[in-house]
Amino acid sequence: MNVAPFIHTRKLGKVSVSTVTLAHGGGGKAMKDLIDDVFVASFDNHALAPLEDQARFDLAELATHGDRLAFTTDSFVVDPLFFPGGDIGQLAVCGTVNDLAVGGAAPLYLSCAVIVEEGITVDMLRRIAHSMAKTAKDAGVQIVTGDTKVVQRGACDKLFITTTGIGVIRKGLALGVDTARPGDMVLVNGLLGDHGAAILCARGDMAFDTLIESDCACLHGLIEALLTAAPGVRFVRDATRGGLATVLNEIADASQVAIEIDEAVTPIREQVKAFCEILGLDPLYLANEGKIVVIAPPEQAAAALAAMRAHPLGEGAGIIGRVSQGEAGRVTMRTVFGGRRIVDMLVGEQLPRIC
Amino acid sequence: MKYLDEFRDGQKATVLIKEIKALVSTMTITAARPLYIMEVCGGHTHSIFRYGLEGMLPKEIELIHGPGCPVCVLPMGRVDDCVSIAEDPNVIFTTFGDAMRVPGSKKSLLQAKAEGADVRMVYSPMDALALARKNPDREVVFFGLGFETTMPSTALTVLQAEAEGIRNFSVFCNHITIVPTIKAILDSPGLQLDGFLGPGHVSMVIGTAPYAFIANFYKKPMVVAGFEPLDILQSIWMVLKQIKEGRADIENQYARIVPDDGNAPALQAVSRVYELREFFEWRGLGSIDHSGVKLRDEYVHFDAEQKFAIPNLKIADPKSCQCGEVLKGVIKPWQCKVFGSACTPESPLGALMVSSEGACAAYYQYGGVKRYKEAV
Repeated sequence: MNVAPFIHTRKLGKVSVSTVTLAHGGGGKAMKDLIDDVFVASFDNHALAPLEDQARFDLAELATHGDRLAFTTDSFVVDPLFFPGGDIGQLAVCGTVNDLAVGGAAPLYLSCAVIVEEGITVDMLRRIAHSMAKTAKDAGVQIVTGDTKVVQRGACDKLFITTTGIGVIRKGLALGVDTARPGDMVLVNGLLGDHGAAILCARGDMAFDTLIESDCACLHGLIEALLTAAPGVRFVRDATRGGLATVLNEIADASQVAIEIDEAVTPIREQVKAFCEILGLDPLYLANEGKIVVIAPPEQAAAALAAMRAHPLGEGAGIIGRVSQGEAGRVTMRTVFGGRRIVDMLVGEQLPRIC
Repeated sequence: MKYLDEFRDGQKATVLIKEIKALVSTMTITAARPLYIMEVCGGHTHSIFRYGLEGMLPKEIELIHGPGCPVCVLPMGRVDDCVSIAEDPNVIFTTFGDAMRVPGSKKSLLQAKAEGADVRMVYSPMDALALARKNPDREVVFFGLGFETTMPSTALTVLQAEAEGIRNFSVFCNHITIVPTIKAILDSPGLQLDGFLGPGHVSMVIGTAPYAFIANFYKKPMVVAGFEPLDILQSIWMVLKQIKEGRADIENQYARIVPDDGNAPALQAVSRVYELREFFEWRGLGSIDHSGVKLRDEYVHFDAEQKFAIPNLKIADPKSCQCGEVLKGVIKPWQCKVFGSACTPESPLGALMVSSEGACAAYYQYGGVKRYKEAV
């Protein structure tokens, strides 16, 4: 047990009303009841229960996991809060777990800070907290500290969540965005663009009905298997906002190399392709919440691929391209048609084309 | 995807490229004066870059990216008018997505939205009408934009609003017509064009007959082309064949979508609702006679230009901007003085850098393939 145990169990407060109001952010009993009822009860762990202002960790215990702390934070503002394949709570846990894991860290602890717009139902908040708790439990991480603010209607969009994560990096790992070398292989763990397409559809302003679900998932298990099988892997990053194209550009820029991917083997679901086709969007830029881009040296690419494919979250893994010596910072794609196009960073948001 | 993958078949492309090269080899074309073929439509430009077609074609063929991106040719003054309407607190301003980013003289609709204007992206004018039904106490304005492709849907929406007696809906009409525009390009001095890829979507509405003057009067071949990469290659081959045989005809490669006499119900709706403006101002090309439409008097109660006091100022294009010359194929995007320096997709000076269909933005984003070929 690395977290100081809480000896005296106190009785948790309960919320008696159905809607969150500014009173729940006022610092008084209403707020304490809301935190107890929604968050403490859901997250259920010894570090959180006493409601100290900070979680406390035993350093020696942390050090058993590796030799460096990894520390990251992310904010989640998704609309709608619930979407096919997930919800904002699950996203908030997975996103930060993944940000730790891609650095080679074992994710251990999360914080959860919420900004709630008055008027949201307590029940909805509870559902989201439960979802966070379940995702964290499945991932083997604990949510050990948090914060709750309630703001006036219109000051935020229903619910914003910020999670901060602490993990420990195994000794000997040194992944870096600037370490890609010509000859390295580019791998992904499966179908790209599902999350972005699912969210766009779920917003409902497009009158589209699809079966596309978000790929939201915690990837540390997959990444651990990958790094165990192929310890020479140079770099891993989750392809979230901006999608595959953005991550590849970041790598090409930081490592000052060229990257070429092959459209024919870049895995994209038929439905996502069709969706993008209709709206004039490019799936390479759609967000993912359960996909990583891996740069592996050529001699370890096969091991990396096999390890990913053996994991349930990497069944669709594939080698999609390679790092080369071309123009530094340039990402290109060999199209299915035999041509070659440049895959640049997106300037702003991807907007549907008029015709 | 059925009916799409068939038109993106790399092996068939190899065959077509071989045919194109074979045809080119029988023609006398010098490196100093390659064949210039203009694709009129922005959708073609997009496909050409998306599939890397320029890099696959022999260097004796140069594609000139024409004016058919309705977002690109919108003058700054019209964007200012949009912003002015959108900033009326009673207005819900609705627009197609890629028009949001077009810069006005002071700001874009995206900026106006950030500053509090109620600007909403819609996918069809019918979505705008639905908003009007839902918000009877607000005025919902639809930013009508595009060539004949989008004209009928706006017209049908106006007719629907009329049938339902909806009065809090109006259209800021910036629809433009393709034929006078092609004519203006053909009349511009110093032009070197050997043929056209005709706009597939526009032709699906207007048919192929309106282009007859291009062949008859200007003696230029045109092939109305589909938007998939094989469509485009086949159409280029068809243009070449005409040139080789000394013909100038209007041919229809996109017959699976484009009927030669167009779409009668769409054309009916168009002529019921709109009439030609005397002239319309284009970004980069200046004023072109009869190149725009407005709502007819019967539908004036849906005309945002009548409902709102819009500034209606003419804002000159920035002096350094050479969009006009790029549009006419006089210079290539990267030969423009400000390409990639003062004019980038982040802060576009000229129209062609605005939409992903604009030639300059396409070159910038997908990287001038020819330059790129030279670089490696």
